[in-house]
Amino acid sequence: MMNIKMFIPRESTALSLGAHDVARAVSDYSTQHKTELNLIRNGSRGMFWLEPMVEVETSKGRFAYGPVDVSDVPSIMEDITTNLLSKHTQEHRLALGLTEELAYLKKQTRLTFARAGITDPLSLNDYLALDGFSGLHKALAATSQEIVSTVVDSGLRGRGGAAFPTGIKWQTVHDAPSDKKYIVCNADEGDSGTFADRLVMECDPFMLIEGMIIAGLAVGADEGYIYLRSEYPVADEILQEAIVIATKEGYLGNDICGSGRTFNLEVRLGAEAYICGEETSLLESMEGKRGVVRFKPPLPAIEGFFGKPTVVNNVLSLSAIPYILSQGGQAYQQYGANRSRGTLPFQLAGNVKQGGLIELPFGSTLQSLLDDFSGGTQSARPIRAIQVGGPLGAYLPTSKFDIPLDYEEFTNASAVLGHGGIVIFDDTVDMLEQARFSMEFCVDESCGKCTPCRIGSTRGVEVIDRIKYDDSRAENMILLSDLCETMINGSLCAMGSMTPIPVISAYKDFPEDFHLPSNNAVLEETNHG
Amino acid sequence: MQLDFSSDLSNVVKIIDTLKHKKGALLPILHQIQREIGYIPLKTIDTIAKKLQQTPAEIHGVISFYHQFRTSQPGEHKIQICRAEACQSRGSRELEQHAKEHLDIEYRGTTADKKFSLDSVYCLGNCATGPNVRINDELYGRVSNEKFERLVSTFKTQVKGR
Repeated sequence: MMNIKMFIPRESTALSLGAHDVARAVSDYSTQHKTELNLIRNGSRGMFWLEPMVEVETSKGRFAYGPVDVSDVPSIMEDITTNLLSKHTQEHRLALGLTEELAYLKKQTRLTFARAGITDPLSLNDYLALDGFSGLHKALAATSQEIVSTVVDSGLRGRGGAAFPTGIKWQTVHDAPSDKKYIVCNADEGDSGTFADRLVMECDPFMLIEGMIIAGLAVGADEGYIYLRSEYPVADEILQEAIVIATKEGYLGNDICGSGRTFNLEVRLGAEAYICGEETSLLESMEGKRGVVRFKPPLPAIEGFFGKPTVVNNVLSLSAIPYILSQGGQAYQQYGANRSRGTLPFQLAGNVKQGGLIELPFGSTLQSLLDDFSGGTQSARPIRAIQVGGPLGAYLPTSKFDIPLDYEEFTNASAVLGHGGIVIFDDTVDMLEQARFSMEFCVDESCGKCTPCRIGSTRGVEVIDRIKYDDSRAENMILLSDLCETMINGSLCAMGSMTPIPVISAYKDFPEDFHLPSNNAVLEETNHG
Repeated sequence: MQLDFSSDLSNVVKIIDTLKHKKGALLPILHQIQREIGYIPLKTIDTIAKKLQQTPAEIHGVISFYHQFRTSQPGEHKIQICRAEACQSRGSRELEQHAKEHLDIEYRGTTADKKFSLDSVYCLGNCATGPNVRINDELYGRVSNEKFERLVSTFKTQVKGR
């Protein structure tokens, strides 16, 4: 009897394209043909155009097929049994060769995503076999100040978008005297074009759990929460299971690995409010209130969840921690450029042929990332604009594709690197409509606390509509640019102050869509930089 | 079959009692009520308020703040179309239009036969394989107009029950 070990992802993208059906067909086939099948439901490697991607283990490594439809299953199974397992060759039209040799993966530097797609996300043994919890053991042997200092040394900055140094934030919470402190993971990944947090939670949940335990040890917190957006039901399910397993095996609870230290963890669901990705709004929401942003100061590090010192970190920030503790701050710090240290998991999305997760050190350019990974647009039409950094990020024209992927370089170009989302648009995009959408999105998602954001966004939609229908276009362009300035300077949080970024980039870099001459004098005077 | 709470709030009381010890218990409570009943009946607000020692206005304020919570009975299946930028770049604006025409309702509407509710959503995190649609807890990628119609007809003929 033939024994086959296969891998089919249980990750959301793969599932959205039929992975469960493929898995069922593979099971049925092996039952009918009396093969002994060991089917692992792994995470995704993050090569989404190949999903559902099916892998088979051989003595030479894992070979892949993709994208697999249910109707391909019989012929793939035949290829596996007649060619792959006996001769290490593949003849099927969906054969991709050795997974590890795929250029899309080989060109990456996977520190955070080292295990994604390789392991069964809920197998503790898989996690331990690939360096899992070694960071935690180092942390348990260190003092809290040593842990904080290691994170400071790593140069890690918040991956949620604000890029605040993680180590400094931890130091503040560490130094804050309090009988109670909290670790809150911001898993409200609401930016369009981003899915790295989701991939962590669905493909390698123990890594996030480990990062949070280490954060707790570092600042003296014994309680953690993952504030997860409810749009991610699969991540919720996997996280809940992972927490149960980690608790049962003594990594969570009142005696972490026999150390006598305590850390308990709970998932809290959001309820479809983009603003709750803003840290103070998130805390309000966790306290059972409307997700209205708080005035800062006090910072959450001083007065956070129910007034107690709280670390609020993004999923990716916390997920970088196990590597940093395991390998040392310097090992992480050696990657990157300028003040952007380490790696950023970029997310290539939108109208792209080869979309997916691409973890790279900072410092590469958008153009080289496109050349190396994208394969062009899905529509096969030329790229016209790329929105980087989510719905509050600038639309970049092709002339700006050579800006280095680095926090400061992007800020200098009036753009946003944010959470690393890259959304590609082809030449059919109407940039006036995109600008209008940015304002409309702000209307829907503003928490309503401050006037520039609450009312400004509504006026923004109206002004753009007047420009669209050529109702006093020149005057309304001035109005729009004034409005943007008011929102930037007068809003309490990033929602209102950054909504103008995509709007301004649209009319400055794509003036023809606003029926403006490219050297429009009105715009030269306003919104400098 | 969805539960009828028109005369009996005992299950809501049970939900609150099970969850109210949590720090910031209101969202977990609202989620659980909506999970079990399908929506948050207005008549439960007083009960929640009393149990959490808050005002009914506070509870209502929280319910109305979040897009996900609803106070009216939804259709049997909840359809959400992603209208964020990554899906737009792959044709979601056309899909939205088509879906509204095909179901003959607008966003936040429910079909006459009570089979479907239609809502928008900002990002389902499946941004390289849009346009995306979520039906109940299932996610569907690369949804063309034709695929949308196929999905709708599959759910339409599904035996009622949950």
